[in-house]
Amino acid sequence: MITFEGVTKRYADGTVAVDDLSLEAPTGAITVFVGPSGCGKTTSLRMINRMIDATGGRILLDGQDVREIDPPTLRRGIGYVIQQAGLFPHRKIVDNVATVPYLLGWDRKRARARAMELLELVGLDSELAGRYPFQLSGGQQQRVGVARALAADPPVLLMDEPFSAVDPIVRASLQDELLRLQSDLQKTIVFVTHDIDEAIKLGDMVAVLRVGGRLAQMAGPATLLSEPADDFVREFLGRDRGIRRLSFIPAKDVRLVTAPADLVVDASGRPLGWRGDGGLLPYGTFNPERDSLRAALDAALLAANGTAVAVDEDGRVIGVAPREALDEVLGQYAARYTVPDPEDPYEEGGHQDTGHQGAGPEDPAHEDPAHGEDPHG
Amino acid sequence: MNWLIDFFSNPANWSGPGGIPVRLLEHLEFSVVALLMAAAVAIPLGLWVGHTGRGSLVVVVSANAARALPTLGILVLVVLIIGVGSTWPVLIPLVLLAVPPILVNTYEGVRGVDPDLRDAAYGMGLRGPQVLFKVLVPVALPLILLGMRLAAIQVVATATVAAYVGLGGLGRFIMDGLATKNYTITIGGAFLVVVLALAAQAGFTLLSRVAVSPGVRQFR
Repeated sequence: MITFEGVTKRYADGTVAVDDLSLEAPTGAITVFVGPSGCGKTTSLRMINRMIDATGGRILLDGQDVREIDPPTLRRGIGYVIQQAGLFPHRKIVDNVATVPYLLGWDRKRARARAMELLELVGLDSELAGRYPFQLSGGQQQRVGVARALAADPPVLLMDEPFSAVDPIVRASLQDELLRLQSDLQKTIVFVTHDIDEAIKLGDMVAVLRVGGRLAQMAGPATLLSEPADDFVREFLGRDRGIRRLSFIPAKDVRLVTAPADLVVDASGRPLGWRGDGGLLPYGTFNPERDSLRAALDAALLAANGTAVAVDEDGRVIGVAPREALDEVLGQYAARYTVPDPEDPYEEGGHQDTGHQGAGPEDPAHEDPAHGEDPHG
Repeated sequence: MNWLIDFFSNPANWSGPGGIPVRLLEHLEFSVVALLMAAAVAIPLGLWVGHTGRGSLVVVVSANAARALPTLGILVLVVLIIGVGSTWPVLIPLVLLAVPPILVNTYEGVRGVDPDLRDAAYGMGLRGPQVLFKVLVPVALPLILLGMRLAAIQVVATATVAAYVGLGGLGRFIMDGLATKNYTITIGGAFLVVVLALAAQAGFTLLSRVAVSPGVRQFR
């Protein structure tokens, strides 16, 4: 666990980059620092591995003040991923990944073997090991950056806008990859981004910072969407909070009915379209086991008749969700103010909730009786 | 062209203490010694200033000022001060000539390394000297070697001034030929200087090929 206790960073010219920041980044979870430029998110991150030293307060790494640890030693125990990957151009990919093992004095053979393991882990072809960074695409370089940070198996990973320099498609795949890795590795990750959608997608906990380095709100992503603490957070979250919140509701509760004869399927049971007068009409599918209610709703809206087609892992039809079925689930969640954050690390153990501080009392929704069901409360 | 053939086909030009091999070796000796001395001063200084950022203004200004120093004037000055009888009168001006390009290129090379790279290196847990020698120097190496190459060409071309103070070298042919109006010798000597300068250039280009990581060669 990483604990910020009243951390302040004031520069010599009087500028305050981070102001009395107190928060906890729980072990084994992704904590995202998000905010507009100038909010001190990167500074906060860099104070953890002492790339910058705080001028006030303390940062504890599993209870130990980082100021008591010699910076290079501290940093070798913390993975660090930066925006432009920062790979060493003169070293082959395999040796880039093995940087920290080499520093820790591993022998060459062991360090390289470990590096090869990691390249595989981040989904890179072992053929790339002998190349130089300039021969890789931006997305591949970023994967190498992640592999390098993980090489010595540090418990903590700091990621400073690691995916913001790649195109949106590559970014999405890198984000998915990170979530996949994290579900296996369970690292304590602090992730900095200015992109609220990225924060909501990746974060188990999201800390929204405002300009001047003050914490505006810290909460799980679903809670953040449903209960923004103030106008700043609400504005920062942007439009469509309600729709986006549906991403956190699993589609598995959607009631399915047997597919009607109007749905044309191929020999293996995959959908082809809805029967119409002049041929097949468009359809949309979702996988109830894996997808969210948002995907189910999307599937319904794509279909000519408003009915979403449920499919299994192989894409075979297992039923359909008529509009009423979606309405039922939507109704349930619309009535309840708070959606449970999936994999919320605070869910068990009765941890005190740092997230809801300052939730606006003027917000009439707070009087909703269903609010009492909030699993965080 | 005939003059060159005359010069190189004359057996008298190849033998004795004033022959081509001896003069060539003298010239090479001045050049190599001066270049090594300049590198010994300029590379550590350039690395230190580039890495720490301390004293960069002083280095750049004085290096540029040093370029304006007249080599021949310094040569004469050194002779006036310490007299003849050693190779210092030629070495000192040549070192002063070679230091600025090496120093400026080394400094710029190290300073110009992408700040993200430096950041990543520190962030991985490298210590200051490790950042310098394991990351900054390999990445700056093409520029450092370029500085050495520029210095080498200048030194080889300028080492002809040794002949002014009776220290030999290829400049001897040029001066002797001018003095006796025997332009065959002048042109032959000048030709050898050019060949030597081109050889120095080729040598450093080759060294770059071998010493610089393929990753950096493309990177620049």
